[in-house]
Amino acid sequence: MFDDVRDLYSSEIRDHGRSPTHAKRPAGFDAAAKGDNPMCGDRVQVFVRRDGGRVAEAGFEARGCEITIASADLMCEAVSNQPIDRIRALSDQVAAMARTGHCDACDAALRRLHPLSAVHEYPSRVKCVTLPWHALLAALDGEKESTSE
Amino acid sequence: MNMMTKNLVESGFDVQRIRDDFPILSQQIRGKPLVFLDSAASAQKPRPVIDAMVNAMETQYANVHRGLHWMSERTTDAYEGTRDAVARLINAPSRDEIVFTKNTTEAINLVAYSYGRGIMRPGQAVVISEMEHHANLVPWQMLRDACGIELRVAPVTDAGELDMVGLEALLVDRKVGLVAITHMSNVLGTVVPAVRVAALAHEYGAKVLFDGSQAVVHRAVDVQAIDADFYVFTGHKLYGPTGIGVLWARRELLEAMPPFMGGGDMIGTVTFERSTWAEVPHKFEAGTPAIIEAIGLKAAIEYVEAIGFDAITAHEGRLTDHALARLSAIPGLRVLGAAQDRGGVFSFTMQGAHAHDIATLLDRQGIAVRAGNHCAEPLSRRLGVDSSARASTGIYTTEAEIDVLADTLLRVREFFT
Repeated sequence: MFDDVRDLYSSEIRDHGRSPTHAKRPAGFDAAAKGDNPMCGDRVQVFVRRDGGRVAEAGFEARGCEITIASADLMCEAVSNQPIDRIRALSDQVAAMARTGHCDACDAALRRLHPLSAVHEYPSRVKCVTLPWHALLAALDGEKESTSE
Repeated sequence: MNMMTKNLVESGFDVQRIRDDFPILSQQIRGKPLVFLDSAASAQKPRPVIDAMVNAMETQYANVHRGLHWMSERTTDAYEGTRDAVARLINAPSRDEIVFTKNTTEAINLVAYSYGRGIMRPGQAVVISEMEHHANLVPWQMLRDACGIELRVAPVTDAGELDMVGLEALLVDRKVGLVAITHMSNVLGTVVPAVRVAALAHEYGAKVLFDGSQAVVHRAVDVQAIDADFYVFTGHKLYGPTGIGVLWARRELLEAMPPFMGGGDMIGTVTFERSTWAEVPHKFEAGTPAIIEAIGLKAAIEYVEAIGFDAITAHEGRLTDHALARLSAIPGLRVLGAAQDRGGVFSFTMQGAHAHDIATLLDRQGIAVRAGNHCAEPLSRRLGVDSSARASTGIYTTEAEIDVLADTLLRVREFFT
């Protein structure tokens, strides 16, 4: 039973969903924002420490499903030490990948996030992947809250 | 045939025959039989409802209340016939007290606007409970913010029952103009003691509104026996179509209340200087109504009446006992609420598994449940849960489907631990 969900609940997603390594506030964080999915009650708070035009470190606190937590953890890993402009582009690419399953112009950072692309087979779960990214962009834009709606 | 099925067949309730009336239930989802346990969100539609709507469009459709021709007269008769069916369903004293709305939400907004703004005065209060659907919460917040009417929240006990002592404490200063309470919780399945709530509200000079969205599906409702002032429900949970809901209110209240929306059909005469209103209930039905949907609702009401609420309630009672026994035997699973009087709605959490992940795994086995806050976010907070999964039954639900749910949940638990 459940063999057909192993694409979404891959070992990589499950590891990040159950034992995230970035589920903490980075020391000296200078921006933070919440992301809410009002339909399901998932909530993510993302914290970033910036260094000039780059995100030096990102972390999160969340209550949510395994997919949301895995996405938040992989996101924090992917954006650490990345230029903010690149992070904005990456957010769009992740959203597109989550919707379509395709990884266009797939570079090393996106390949790392690629396990999340399986969510495209589960349309009602796409927001689980994108919610942490909404919160991250809100933090970088100086906003306090965002929503997946 | 087990004893339960035998008893139900003998009492005229043959669940397999009922299932045959619902074309959608023979569908397979990803190669597995559909186990539809999301009827509290919206119920499936039996063939007589589908046929009534199609037949109306194919043979006798025109606008209502305005045509001097055969088609319009027939359509008006069919549309107005639904008012009689609704009055019979809830034992309203008069068909003229039945107002059609889009759904429960619109019916409550109508009351919040027309009664709240038109009749209530600043300084008065509305009482709701901790287990309200957002539809019976947000309109009252909007009234509070617009008109200086206080909003009070009656507590529920840890068992998920309305705290009657807590409710009375909110009423004693006699400032409450309206108590607006669910008749059956869409999260906990709790059936509220409506007769006692109405008596208590009246004792302190308040009117009482019941949100019957869930209750009207599962129990025989008698607004006169309850001594209600307002009763609202929606068609699509009662095996009818979307887009049609009902407000029942006492005639004197409807007559005193100003209209909700203005437009055609709700007027007496119109000049550029002023307009006069139509008699109730038409005063509250502006514009072309949901004609086909009303015709579908009548077929739905006739369908459940033909089965009979004694049989429906007995079937659901057995399903509820079975579901609670099976679910509570699953390690790490917590069923929310433990009301003495409850219907076929079971919200639950599972240790180590988030409700969304549970719902996705169940879906892959053809089992449809809901996950999240169920449009009752404050109740989730009160119960100390972020979200929960919810299985809910209908007249077509079988014990075997409950077993499929419980057996699959055991496997879900293995998957996540």
